Amino acid sequence: MRVVIRYFAALRDIKHRVEETVELPEGTTALGAYAAMGLPTALPVAFAVNMERVPGGTALAHGDELVFLPPVGGG
Amino acid sequence: MIAVVDQAIDTRAVADAVRDRRHGAVLVFEGVARDHHDGKQVVSLFYEAYVPMALREMEAIAADTRARWAGVSVAMVHRTGPCAIGEPSVVIAVGAAHRGEAYEASRHAIDELKRRVPVWKREHYADGSAWIANKV
Repeated sequence: MRVVIRYFAALRDIKHRVEETVELPEGTTALGAYAAMGLPTALPVAFAVNMERVPGGTALAHGDELVFLPPVGGG
Repeated sequence: MIAVVDQAIDTRAVADAVRDRRHGAVLVFEGVARDHHDGKQVVSLFYEAYVPMALREMEAIAADTRARWAGVSVAMVHRTGPCAIGEPSVVIAVGAAHRGEAYEASRHAIDELKRRVPVWKREHYADGSAWIANKV
């Protein structure tokens, strides 16, 4: 399945890109995708799929937009 | 008015968005770029947002605020990009019949924004920069 991943803040700095489309095995979870992208596991990220916050164990579906949310700093 | 903008926020326009003949109070909160953080001198700030989700979250916070304090009006605008010291990075205006509910609703709206809206802040110092998370 194909998933679009967008990167923000510290994660964009690490990946040097804002977005990529990746091919992942069926059943891959949000957390699994994070690990598959080689991102640092020490970072306390949250997950958003199609702009909804979801638990890391959520299974992804073809066409999803996945965003790893570092701790926010707005306001 | 719910918006994410990449230029200076017009505070008066945000306040005007909640003016109504029903309201006896219009309360405006500005979050302003400050020149220090944890003892370090801050030269400037840079904000980045996951804009479509930030707008959704801000809409949800405004709706929740209106549900908790019936009859209030809420406007929220967050800025992205470079933000100079002394300039507002966020403006929240609340219109309410009375001041009590205006203060409570405003506090709720900014606390929720800082907790859940996907916006990130980079502080620039004389000798570098860092992404700074809100204290929760």
